[in-house]
Order: sequence, then structure tokens, then C-alpha cells
Amino acid sequence: MIRRKLEENFFKVLMLLAIVIVAGSFFLIVGTIFYKGVPFMNWDIITKIPGGGFYIGKEGGVLNAIIGSLYIAGGATVLGLLISIPVAIYINMYLGSRNVIANSLRIAFDVLFGIPSIVYGAFGFLIMVYFGIKASLLGGIVAVTLLVIPILVRTLDEVIITVPKELRDASLALGATRWEMSKVVLRQIRPGIFTAILLSFGRAIGDVASVLFTAGFSDNIPTSLHQPAATLPLAIFFQLGSPVEEVQGRAYASALILTIVVLIITVLSSLLAKRFSKNKIQ
Amino acid sequence: MTNNPHISVQHLNVSIGNHEILKDITINIPNKKVISIIGPSGCGKTTLLKSFNRLLDDTPDVKVTGKVLLDGENIYDPKAEVTHIRKKMGLLSQRPYPLPMSIYDNVAYGPRLHGNPKKVELDQLVETQLKATGLWNEVKDRLHAPATRLSIGQQQRLCLARGLAVEPEIILGDESTSALDPVSTSIIEDLFIHLKQKYTIVLVTHILRQARRVSDYIIFVYMGKIIEFGPTEELLLNPQKELTKEYVKGFIS
Repeated sequence: MIRRKLEENFFKVLMLLAIVIVAGSFFLIVGTIFYKGVPFMNWDIITKIPGGGFYIGKEGGVLNAIIGSLYIAGGATVLGLLISIPVAIYINMYLGSRNVIANSLRIAFDVLFGIPSIVYGAFGFLIMVYFGIKASLLGGIVAVTLLVIPILVRTLDEVIITVPKELRDASLALGATRWEMSKVVLRQIRPGIFTAILLSFGRAIGDVASVLFTAGFSDNIPTSLHQPAATLPLAIFFQLGSPVEEVQGRAYASALILTIVVLIITVLSSLLAKRFSKNKIQ
Repeated sequence: MTNNPHISVQHLNVSIGNHEILKDITINIPNKKVISIIGPSGCGKTTLLKSFNRLLDDTPDVKVTGKVLLDGENIYDPKAEVTHIRKKMGLLSQRPYPLPMSIYDNVAYGPRLHGNPKKVELDQLVETQLKATGLWNEVKDRLHAPATRLSIGQQQRLCLARGLAVEPEIILGDESTSALDPVSTSIIEDLFIHLKQKYTIVLVTHILRQARRVSDYIIFVYMGKIIEFGPTEELLLNPQKELTKEYVKGFIS
């Protein structure tokens, strides 16, 4: 009896320890960003573009990077969804669960999921060279879209699999076509779509490597798809690389802004997911 | 007794992969009666039921041979329009699966698929079908609330109303009361008895007492074959085949 009790306590302590490590690092990261970033936070940094000096600059703010990041992450997520939803629907509703093509596609997307983002950046760059596009907002959106499609497809795929077959049958039995039945399934998985958006947006806004060659960098807010666009992660990278201490400090302020943007998206998408789950059958 | 069959099954074989589920089924389902399909679990009852509206189509590796004539037309004819066949039959599954939308939209779903009804017509139709399933008084004040807020029993009646809204000829019930409490069960059973004036009703059940209460005819299926088919009382009280005798006596289910 004592041995079993010891074992129980031992593993309980191990689990608690693991939780402390995870939660601890989370608070440490957020704490550091706040501690170092807050002194450099001011109204200017979120409302002005950089003043004086390319990349660096003590004056002005990072509005160019905030807007650039939102454009790229938002554009890539929207574009990615437009491509991923039909793919996920086709795999599940038209090919069926034991279909060879469907399962090959799943494996392919799993592989794409694991490919480092620099590869997407390099691939995007190649496409751009081929079409003669310069580093621009468009290039960045295309590269990041490639990056998020596997995330979106696999997330949607997992969610669609949880939809009961009987719900699909119920719709079919009323004389619905496959596409009409798929629309019912899409209603049912709306909360899951918001989770997919959140994952995709989070990955898109935080990625450096895919936008490094494709989006370029600019002190100005892009006004067309063909202008280069700054992004927050790249801004942080450049600011941290500066020998000037004040500019390094501003990197933490930028990181803080990035964290807050992601936080807002997280809260927003979980609220929307909740709002749309009221009709969902359990 | 079956001079004018509604569904006529001729030499139907169904297999999934290498597994034969139904073997050489031939049967005539009479018009505007309640027919119960009984038999032990895994005998092919549900498969037989689903072969009537081609819901088997989506099952991986399924192979169907033979004919199922609905109003004289073979539904497995390659030229047959599957949505049209399914529209002729309402399906009531084991557990209610309301569509993820409001009570009103659930009933209106089918009519909207098959046409573009005006709002007035739709309102009227929703009211008619909800009254037909005895749900109207319970839900008339919250027609636009999510269907999932209803109790399980109410949801099952909503699913029945949803099926009736496409004006089917046949109602298929797949152990439709197995998830319900006794009160909801008896409401559904009464509905079946009442609805047979207008519809042919085919039910899968493994509750013999239920089969006796609601049905005019019983089909006994065992190991993918029809063993016996006859009027309810005759089959239950005076079975002709040895296997039926054993099943009816032993209540193995």
C-alpha cells in the first residue's frame, strides 16, 4: 500500500513540476517583454512610422511594421482559408474516409506542415523571380499563404472528422446534394474554423523567415500590393541588431505590440467560436 | 396482401469489402402500412433499411447488386436521381441529429433545398409539420431558438417534422426510439400509428413489444437473410420457421 501511495505522489509531483516549467517560462517571457518594453512604449511608437535612418531610428514608431504584419497575416489567412476549405471538404465529403488519394493528401499536408518556413520563403522568392515580382506585400502574402495552408487544411480536416456521420446522413436523407450537405457540415464546424484562423494567423504574424526575402522591408506603410512591406518580427530583428541601446529597447516594445496583437486575435476568435457554437449539436 | 407494393426488393445483395451483409433479399413492402424489421444485432436490419434510400452509397467498399423498385422504378438504376429518391423518404435515426440551425430552419431545410418557397408558404408548412408531430404548442414561441435547446424527445419529433416537410411517401425509422425515455417513446409510437394513413412506414427495432404495438407486418432478418415475413400477430404468435420461433420466444436481442 505504501509503495502505491509513494508512486502516486511521485508522479503527481513530476506533473506539477512540468506544469511549473511551462507556466514559469510563459510568465518569464511575457514578464521580460513587459519589463523591457514598457519603458519604450509611447503613443508615437504605435501611431508613427520610423523617423530618421533606415531600419533603425530613434524617433517615430513601428506603425509601418504593425500595418504590414496585419496585412500579410490577414491576407494570407483569408487567402489560405479560400483554398483550404474546399480542399478539406473535398478530402472528407467527396473522397471518403478510406480513400487512397485522401490519405496521400493528408500525408502530403503533414509533410508540408513540418517544412521550415525559410523553405517557403525561398520557394516564394523563386516564384517571384520567375514572374518578375519584386519583394512586396504581394510576395509576402503569397509566401505566408503557402506556409499556413497545411496548418489550415489539417486543422479543418481534424474538425470535420468529428462531425457525426448521422448528421451528414440526415442532410442527405432530405435530398441534399453533397455540396448542400457540406454546407451543413461547415455550419457545424464554425467554431473549429475560428480555431483554424487563430492558429494560422498566429503562425503567419510571427514568422520571419518566409517574409525575409519576399516582403522586403520599408519605412513606409504600403499603399499597393507591389510595394515592399515591413513586418513586426523583422522590425524586432533589425532593432535588436542595432548597436544603439535605445533602438534595442524599442525591439522589446515592438515585441510587446506583437504579443498584444496575438492576444487580441486569440480572445476575438474564441469569443466568435463561442458565439457560433450555440447551434452546434454535441 | 401485397398486391400493390410500395417498395419491391428483388434479389438484393449487399457486401462491404469481403463481408456479405445481405444475401438475396426479395420482399414486397405494402403501401401505407407499418412494417417492422426485427432480428439480432448485426443481422443486417439497418443495412436493409439504408438500402431503400441509397444511404449506403457513402459507405467505403460497398457493393450492391439486385433491384429495389420504388413505385416501380429501380432506385439503383445508374440513371436514377439519388436526391429525388431520398426526397421520397424521411429518415429517423437512432438518436436525433438536428441540423445546426434554428427549429424553424430545421423544418424549412428540405423545402428550401427542393424549391424556392415563399415565406408565407414556408411559415404555413413549418406550422403544419410541427403540429403533425405534436411539437407546435411546445415550440411556437421560440421557433428561432437553436434546435439543440430542445429535449432529446422533442428533437426526435423535430427530426420527424423535418423529414415530413419534404412530403415523402415513406418514413424509415432506424431504432428511432432507442435513445428516448418511455414517455417520448410512446409519443413517437403513436405518431407512427397515426401517420400510416398517409405514409408507408418501415421501422428497424429490436424491441418486440414495440414491433407488436405499432406494426402491421414484421420482417424477421437473421444473418443477412429474410427468414420470415408476415402479419404482426401471426408472426409473433404463430411463427412458421424454427429460427423465428426461437427468436420470438427467447427475446434474444
